[in-house]
Amino acid sequence: MTGMTTPLAGYLLVAALLFAIGLAGALTRRNAILVLIGIELMLNAANLNLIAFWRFGPHPELLTGMMFAIFSIAVAAAEAAVGLGLVIAIHRHTHTTELDKINRMKG
Amino acid sequence: MATSPFFTNLDQIFILLRNWLVDFLPAALRPTAGVVLEVIAIVCIFPGLFALTTVFERKGLGRIQNRLGPNRVGPYGLFQPIADGIKSLTKEDIVPFSANMVVHFLAPLSLVVAVFMEFAVLPMGRNMVLVDLDAGLLYFFSMSAATELSVFMAGWSSRNKYSLLGAMRAVAQMISYEVVLLLSSVSVVMIAGSLSLTNIVAAQDSYTGIFPHWYIFTPWGLAGFVMYAIAATAETNRSPFDLPEGESELVAGYHTEYSGFKFALFFLGEYLAMFSISGLGTTLFLGGWSAPFSFLTFIPSWIWFFSKVMLSIFVFIWMRGTLPRLRQDQLMNFAWKFCLPYTLLNLIVTALWHFMGEGWMRWVVCTAILAAVYVFMGRVEMRSEHFGPRRYRYAE
Amino acid sequence: MNVVFYLLAALTIGGGLAAVLLKHLVHCALATTVAFAGLALLFLQLDAQFAGFAQILVYIGAVAILIVFAILLTRGSELPKDGVFSRTWFVGLVIAAGVFAVLAWAVLQSVRAVPQQTAVPAVTVHDIGNALVGRYVLPLEIVALLLTAATIGAVIVAMHEKERPR
Repeated sequence: MTGMTTPLAGYLLVAALLFAIGLAGALTRRNAILVLIGIELMLNAANLNLIAFWRFGPHPELLTGMMFAIFSIAVAAAEAAVGLGLVIAIHRHTHTTELDKINRMKG
Repeated sequence: MATSPFFTNLDQIFILLRNWLVDFLPAALRPTAGVVLEVIAIVCIFPGLFALTTVFERKGLGRIQNRLGPNRVGPYGLFQPIADGIKSLTKEDIVPFSANMVVHFLAPLSLVVAVFMEFAVLPMGRNMVLVDLDAGLLYFFSMSAATELSVFMAGWSSRNKYSLLGAMRAVAQMISYEVVLLLSSVSVVMIAGSLSLTNIVAAQDSYTGIFPHWYIFTPWGLAGFVMYAIAATAETNRSPFDLPEGESELVAGYHTEYSGFKFALFFLGEYLAMFSISGLGTTLFLGGWSAPFSFLTFIPSWIWFFSKVMLSIFVFIWMRGTLPRLRQDQLMNFAWKFCLPYTLLNLIVTALWHFMGEGWMRWVVCTAILAAVYVFMGRVEMRSEHFGPRRYRYAE
Repeated sequence: MNVVFYLLAALTIGGGLAAVLLKHLVHCALATTVAFAGLALLFLQLDAQFAGFAQILVYIGAVAILIVFAILLTRGSELPKDGVFSRTWFVGLVIAAGVFAVLAWAVLQSVRAVPQQTAVPAVTVHDIGNALVGRYVLPLEIVALLLTAATIGAVIVAMHEKERPR
């Protein structure tokens, strides 16, 4: 395949593949927690993209990509905490975590 | 201070030995071979120390409890670890029928691997660190965080409610005290100005008169060290924080269903975690490989490092034999309501120390703040409820 | 390109695939941990040491543990009767494949036009610290506020409600 000779392309393709896998997981699984796992995989793929561009880009001493990735890690951790708290609260209310069954607003 | 070449060579004897062995190989292979030799040395020394520590622990606990401890195998029971090793290797490996085979097998492995990786950044002597990472302290704490997941894997895969309960308690305890551990190390990083452990030791390697500049001899260093020691005891699930594996509470906690060699791996992992966390505490607060007095610098640096680590292990064993176990809610309360606020205050006091400049003033101010808050918080936060006279309610 | 990169990429992609394909939730969570570890190693290969160790500390040390705690607290160990994939799984797969196709085409088309330097960047933790309190101090403070709000919010959302007296 053309373009595979540069290392940057390799990292970007891995990130794209991981993103697609995370997206597939978030869209096809029933359990709410697996949707959250898919979202975490997507965020990680974006981080890999950021670090790859930081490494191979023109000005790595500006640390833009690295800072962005570090803040993204922090924000993803916060979002995972809130998301899982929500899943636990929903489970306590409806006694299920399957997204097919949580389809009513009536509580 | 001028030391004779004999003592300098003795100090660097392991480096000289490695260089001599590596010189037999062609130049291209030398760096790799050097690293491989150092890894082999770590993998041999620390489990050897582990074997020695098991005997000392059992004899020490026995003496504290007014009994003798093992004394049959070898002189004064010193060959007991060999007997223990043979026993655990030849015991039948029982795996529960409904246990999750892959996870059950991988849990002790991942624990031991993560703990061994922690030794890679500890400076065990002058120039004697395996990898001098720029972010060495962060690496150490990452490996320590990786051990928590293997504790959970062990408890969950056994399909045993006691194991699961023990694993959940252990993980909750480990995450709570990990915050305290990290924050108390941050004060050291603030003053030393680097995350690299060799730089932290080098910053403590100077003397005023005969007294060393170890961080434990400063007010914030002493408070930080006490918090670090408490958090380290809780991280390695040692008494008085050993509820997750206490025999009278939960059978054996998360390693109930492990027998034979896998149990020996858990045991090894726990003791090695104790060594590495003592090694880090020594590096951060007790000056690493530097000598306590300036006239003792002729003694090799690695002797000082290992003596300080063994002293910490002795204190661990002493605490195990003396203090009663804390209940789960007591230890969680202690972590979040006392240790964490005190450690945050310690960070502020460290900053105050740094910005007040040299002189006697900063000693007085920092000591006063830390002591006053300690007394105040002890009285307010950790007071237990006063029980009045007992009132009985009788069935009418 | 070297063997290590292919191995790490295989580890990460394998972990990701296992995370979305396995039936048992705890196995999925552990496979996600493997994917996180593979990513941390990829960061280390890209000379981003701080990001790699922070990834291990935060993702494996905190997020993975959160996920397994949530699985245990919501009784995720029992398998649902109708299977683990939803009824419209094919559409999701097609969408994901489409996204990957677009991204891969964009990468392969444009990557040779971008100038790439392969010298190792000389970045120390010192520089990162200076950047965090220098140029990026505002994002740092905002992230601190965000984390505080998220922690308080997560505790409140997942707390047991007090029984209202009837």
